[in-house]
Amino acid sequence: MPAKELSPIEVYKLLPGTNCKECGETNCMAFAAKLVTREATLQLCLPLLEPDYQAAFEKLWALLKPPVRAVEVGVGDNKVTLGGEYVVYRHEFTYFNPTAIALDVSDEMPEEEFVSRIKAAQDFEYNYIGMKLKLDMIAVRSTSNDPATFKAAVKKASETSDLPLMLCALNPTLMEHGLAAVADRRPLIYAATKGNWKEMADLALMYGCPLVASAPFDLKLLKSLAKTLWEYSVEDIVLDPGTLPNDGLAGTLDNFTVLRWAGINEGDEAFGFPLLGTPIAAWAEKAEDPVMNEWNEATLAAALIARYADMLVMHSVNGWSLLPQVILRQNLYTDPRKPVSVDAGVRKLGEPTEVSPVMMTTNFALTYYTVASDIESAKIDCYLVVVDTEGISVESSIAGRKMTADTVADAFKNFNVNDLVKHRKLIIPGRAARISGEIEELTGWTVMVGPLDSSGIPKFLDANWKPESD
Amino acid sequence: MPDEKEKRGKLPIDLDLLRMLSKFQQIEFEDVELTFEELEIRLSPGIVAAPSAVPAVPVKVKPTSLLEAEFTVAVEEYPGQIVEVKLGATRTEGGTRGRSIVIGGEKVPAFYSFMLPTPNRPVIAFDVFDWPKVPLPRAVKMHVREVLEDPAEWARLCVEKFDAEMVNVHFLTIDPLIEDAPPSAAVKTVESVLQAVDVPIAIGGCGDPKKDLEVFKAIAEATEGERLLFGSVTLDMDIEATAKIIKEYDHTVIAFTSMDVNKARELNRKLYDFLSKDRIVMDTTTAALGYGLDYAFTVMERVRLAGLKGDPELNHPISSGSTNAWAAREAWMKLGPQWAPRDLRGPLWETITAQTLLLAGVDYFMMMHPASVKAVRTMIDNLMSGKHTGEPVDWVSLKV
Repeated sequence: MPAKELSPIEVYKLLPGTNCKECGETNCMAFAAKLVTREATLQLCLPLLEPDYQAAFEKLWALLKPPVRAVEVGVGDNKVTLGGEYVVYRHEFTYFNPTAIALDVSDEMPEEEFVSRIKAAQDFEYNYIGMKLKLDMIAVRSTSNDPATFKAAVKKASETSDLPLMLCALNPTLMEHGLAAVADRRPLIYAATKGNWKEMADLALMYGCPLVASAPFDLKLLKSLAKTLWEYSVEDIVLDPGTLPNDGLAGTLDNFTVLRWAGINEGDEAFGFPLLGTPIAAWAEKAEDPVMNEWNEATLAAALIARYADMLVMHSVNGWSLLPQVILRQNLYTDPRKPVSVDAGVRKLGEPTEVSPVMMTTNFALTYYTVASDIESAKIDCYLVVVDTEGISVESSIAGRKMTADTVADAFKNFNVNDLVKHRKLIIPGRAARISGEIEELTGWTVMVGPLDSSGIPKFLDANWKPESD
Repeated sequence: MPDEKEKRGKLPIDLDLLRMLSKFQQIEFEDVELTFEELEIRLSPGIVAAPSAVPAVPVKVKPTSLLEAEFTVAVEEYPGQIVEVKLGATRTEGGTRGRSIVIGGEKVPAFYSFMLPTPNRPVIAFDVFDWPKVPLPRAVKMHVREVLEDPAEWARLCVEKFDAEMVNVHFLTIDPLIEDAPPSAAVKTVESVLQAVDVPIAIGGCGDPKKDLEVFKAIAEATEGERLLFGSVTLDMDIEATAKIIKEYDHTVIAFTSMDVNKARELNRKLYDFLSKDRIVMDTTTAALGYGLDYAFTVMERVRLAGLKGDPELNHPISSGSTNAWAAREAWMKLGPQWAPRDLRGPLWETITAQTLLLAGVDYFMMMHPASVKAVRTMIDNLMSGKHTGEPVDWVSLKV
């Protein structure tokens, strides 16, 4: 049964019904509800782990497990989970594990480049709505085809960074040497193919590592590989259906869609595994300017994030091409069941007094955090009125009439804004200029139209706000 | 493949332990003794042994050659179809355009070419503004600085230099808060644009529901038969009056709602009283990458899937103002050397915003940066007529 159709009652019926609260919930029904929304996991229910409940546990496990298996790569705090998805379209439930991004190094790169690329991956960080967006993995490729060289590179990579690793070499002897260097790090092995699957499967079992099954543009072979590996006892499988840039995009996206569809909607277990995309393929073309490779890689990566890739291997280390990827995956893997909004109300930023500025914004989380952080970093003391726009940004809420003079006037009334200060001057976002007149009419306040972007607030106040201007 | 139970039935390991294993996928062994027969660790000379923390998988009969697998690609039958809307009219069709463009007509989700080919190419219109003071990001302004004062020349530049398939003229001067320019001035501008280029034209209002209607009426009347695309009609406009002028003077319209599937339905339903479906394009709002793109994406995806599944009020081509991508500060702001150069970051931002929505089902784009338009057009070409097989790229041993 697809996860999205599971009811808490069905789950509840299989639970011990002891209401023991060991799981942290007040009763079994509440726990069942959390299980259905995947906010709790089965092992929190201690009675269920007793032998008496073995059959129930197995039924529950089968009911709740994601049709796309969750495959873990790496160990410890930086461990990455690939897959673990329940639906094709995010609005049907939610996506769970954001597309992991691996940056590549090769075993023949000059040491300085090798280390600086790994550091770039390790140190990549962008602050976004109070979150730190990061990269996830390092892919070490063998271009040397020399076991000792590959082993040394893998070792070097593991010493330089504690990010999970992916080892890329199609020759099992090379792979064996690479694995020996990081036996305790649970790297992802790339890859089992038609020609080498048995040797690679043995290595995966021996080292307890997840294994990529690779059959570019041959889904039948890919299925055959996945099925064989599974029967061979390799359970943590990642599927590589092949990635081609440019005019290969049509076939690439088709395959990703077909696989995800089959794995989830058709219950095809051989395709119920995470999908690997390799936008790095865009670098195979001899472009006049490497910027073109980088651009093509970026657009390919973004298309794959939108079309179900659970992991990507990329070559560019530049922020301009990676930033949209980490933001796109954050956006698409946000739980659509929860609005990305903050509570409406009045926020005190700094230590405002009765002569401090009063500003206004929406309750879309991103808008709010951006505005608040601009105001706070400029050390401005003010009141910020957060209007309930149903979690929509200023521009869209003006266009969609979620922010109107009426909703602003309501906010003023509900939050007693008139009592906060002795002046009557409201600074509104530049993008809300359209409703300035109506706000003046309904609130009786004088409206000052602020900058289009909140980064301009400090400058705007310098020019327009006279401290004792009441 | 055997189910969990079957598999476990053959196992020599205690079921409870296995259950723990299947949950944690990796577990420390404590006080557990396994005999060597139960383990299948193969030790290779000269190589470090597998880490002991990882459990060996119990014996089962292992295949010695690749197992056969049958696979047929699922083909879903969707009962609905997106209506086709024709934009622009040639001389024989009653207008003066060099060509007209049909959008919509899909029978399966966007670019599910394994089910069916995409019937009509999504089209990209360049944004042109009638107000030289329109705030434009630096990366865009550098391409249009010479023509900011003249919408007709601006349109010509888009067509001749950037191969625009369509031009979308946005009337900002009519805004009572800007210049409150009269409808007659807007008509003049439209006429000069129609003279300057022969691609289909779209008209954008200022967002004031009363003023937009006045201006739309004047333009529609003066350009009868051109099949312009008017953007937009909204729930707070006089829907009847707007729909009637679209019909009477043979034009098309964008029905705009704010990220709300039910409002989108409601607006379309109201339009149906006066207008045939093949004159309606719907816009459910575009938010920039990083600034609510997830909402925009999901509403469009839901709308498209609903239309395909037979919802008779949502089966219209979808429009996106992907220009909104530039509202994201990441598109234009200096963020430090790690994120430079802005001149690439900005166009990529617009490109990725648009291409993500392309995959949700958008048929008509409004865009701004020439490089972004070119990139999305290339992607559309690749998706429309790209190959479905190919020599795999050997990226593993790639020397870059």
